[in-house]
Amino acid sequence: MKSYPVNGRFGEFGGQFVPETLVPALQELESAYLRWKSDAGFRAELDGMLREYAGRPTPLYFARNLTKRAGGAMIFLKREDLLHGGAHKINNTLGQGLLAKRMGKQRVIAETGAGQHGVATAIACAALGLKAEVYMGSVDIERQKLNAYRMELMGAELHSVTAGSRTLKDAINEALRDWATNISTTYYLIGSVVGPHPYPVIVRDFQSVIGKEIRDQMRRREGRLPDAVVACVGGGSNAMGSFHEFVEKRGVKLVGVEAGGAGRGRNAASLAEGRKGVLHGMLTYVLEDEDGQIRETQSVSAGLDYPGVGPEHSYLKERGRATYVTVRDKDALRAFHLLAEVEGILPALESAHAVAHAVKMARSMKKEQSIVVTLSGRGDKDVQIVAKEAGLEI
Amino acid sequence: MSEISKAFAGLAGSEGALVTYIMGGDPDPDTCSKVIDAVVAGGADIIELGIPFSDPIADGKSIQAAAVRALSAGTTPRRVLELAKNAKEKHHVPVALMTYFNIFYSQGFENFLRLAKSHSVDGIIVPDLPLDEASRYARISRRMGVDNILLAAPTTSAGRMRMLASNTSGFLYLVSVLGVTGARQSLRRSTLALIAFAHRYTQGRVPLAVGFGISAPEHVREVIEAGADGVIVGSSIVDRVADYRENKSKVLQNLEEYVRSLKAATRG
Ligand SMILES: Cc1ncc(COP(=O)(O)O)c(C=O)c1O
Repeated sequence: MKSYPVNGRFGEFGGQFVPETLVPALQELESAYLRWKSDAGFRAELDGMLREYAGRPTPLYFARNLTKRAGGAMIFLKREDLLHGGAHKINNTLGQGLLAKRMGKQRVIAETGAGQHGVATAIACAALGLKAEVYMGSVDIERQKLNAYRMELMGAELHSVTAGSRTLKDAINEALRDWATNISTTYYLIGSVVGPHPYPVIVRDFQSVIGKEIRDQMRRREGRLPDAVVACVGGGSNAMGSFHEFVEKRGVKLVGVEAGGAGRGRNAASLAEGRKGVLHGMLTYVLEDEDGQIRETQSVSAGLDYPGVGPEHSYLKERGRATYVTVRDKDALRAFHLLAEVEGILPALESAHAVAHAVKMARSMKKEQSIVVTLSGRGDKDVQIVAKEAGLEI
Repeated sequence: MSEISKAFAGLAGSEGALVTYIMGGDPDPDTCSKVIDAVVAGGADIIELGIPFSDPIADGKSIQAAAVRALSAGTTPRRVLELAKNAKEKHHVPVALMTYFNIFYSQGFENFLRLAKSHSVDGIIVPDLPLDEASRYARISRRMGVDNILLAAPTTSAGRMRMLASNTSGFLYLVSVLGVTGARQSLRRSTLALIAFAHRYTQGRVPLAVGFGISAPEHVREVIEAGADGVIVGSSIVDRVADYRENKSKVLQNLEEYVRSLKAATRG
């Protein structure tokens, strides 16, 4: 089940629903990826960058105070927030950046929602000597001005997208259009386990370092695997990266947490409320209206604000191997404050969704059981939003 | 033989077919039927009717804007099917629907195709359903007698071009440039070479029609002379419709004249 998908599909999900122009480029990408992923020189270079530049391995921290507060299972935090750039995104951008270089592409394009993937792309491209251009919806630029400027500081060119809902999904549309236009010179560095095959596989594989470290760290510390792994799901890359190692290990419960927004119909919970559909080249769960038009989404966290989800998550849900729940804006905000107060850690609002659910789960579990929560990013980027939600202006 | 195939077969020796793209429901459903009247009066041989979709990844600015206009005017897929049916009844012109796969998938491909067929639709063009994905649905469209018109691109290899030519029906839609839809000022020399390349695989098998970027009668002439059996003009028609709110009657009249000039160029 955890093996490479068959013909680009995870069960019925995935595929390559893209214009003909892109089909040969995806084939070229797949063969380059298959060639380089097991190449010793490529692996050594990537591992070196992850260790010396990005800051891997990240700690697995036993959150003693949070555990006490929850009053049940032990809660461990996988500290992806401590990576360079402040989120797990760099695991993927370094991997794909090196792949782009091996493929001889000098120009890298990317989409970004909250700006975290844009920042991670700008970082990787600066370090690897590639030119980065980032598409970002004009609404998101407004919401995440600081990240937009951070990208520019690191030499990335920012393109404001004013089409559609002017958020992440429109930025992906625009990046796909750019790619079709500049296909021979350009590498499209997608930021999550979404899009046409082979992207969901490539991004999962580069992120799977998270789960591998969790496995080793838990074995070393506790002498066994965790009872549950919990991660937030936007497109689903930090969750897939956390889950992948454990998919075959039946004793480990896998829980994905989607953005519950303001409640039913006003959220970004594609797995909970969506239907099977086709968006951005993949067959997966999407939020759409009865005619098949993609719906606008709502979440306090820009990084989860996406009307689709990686096809492998749709598959894991359908197979019953992972479960998916939702956490509303207000509960994510409460978890943000809780973690800040009891552990001195500001989680990204995305990750705060996972924290909220883990606390709830821990309550109904035994003291000797353990939950690992992937803290996908740090909350510095969200401080202004949190202040505003608390009625403060800073 | 399908209505679309007949439209190609019925043309005189060196004459090419003119396929005109209109966004269904643009600027609003009622006006759209007048737009159809105008392009048919101008001599369009086949109508390609778009169903607006929220995320049109193969389209440039012009057609994106048309989709926004149509959707904000309340256009639904069913309303576009009614427009198709009316156009067929009134003008007896073949109609191909152009939209993204999710519009089909969300209703069930077979259900939606049956509904389209009952609205006299002759063919479908789905830019995000390439050969490999389309093959899962080929049996359904064949059984229903609806042409599934496949697209080829500048990046298509010889091997794929051969497969596309033998799997498409109605015609093969050759995307003339890298990128998205949108009017371009001039034809690239590479486009003419691409037409000659594709023509080797379609010749004697299926008509070849060329689209993306074609906006002037001179382009039409060159494309036909390079070996195409037809041309598809979209964005520059849609751009004219975009002016409708300001200049109502003039727009329809100008559009008809514009289409007439394109049609004349298909005859040489
Ligand atoms: C910190 C953080 N966590 C999670 C996400 C959601 O992405 P994914 O579901 O691909 O991990 C983002 C996206 O921007 C993010 O910045």
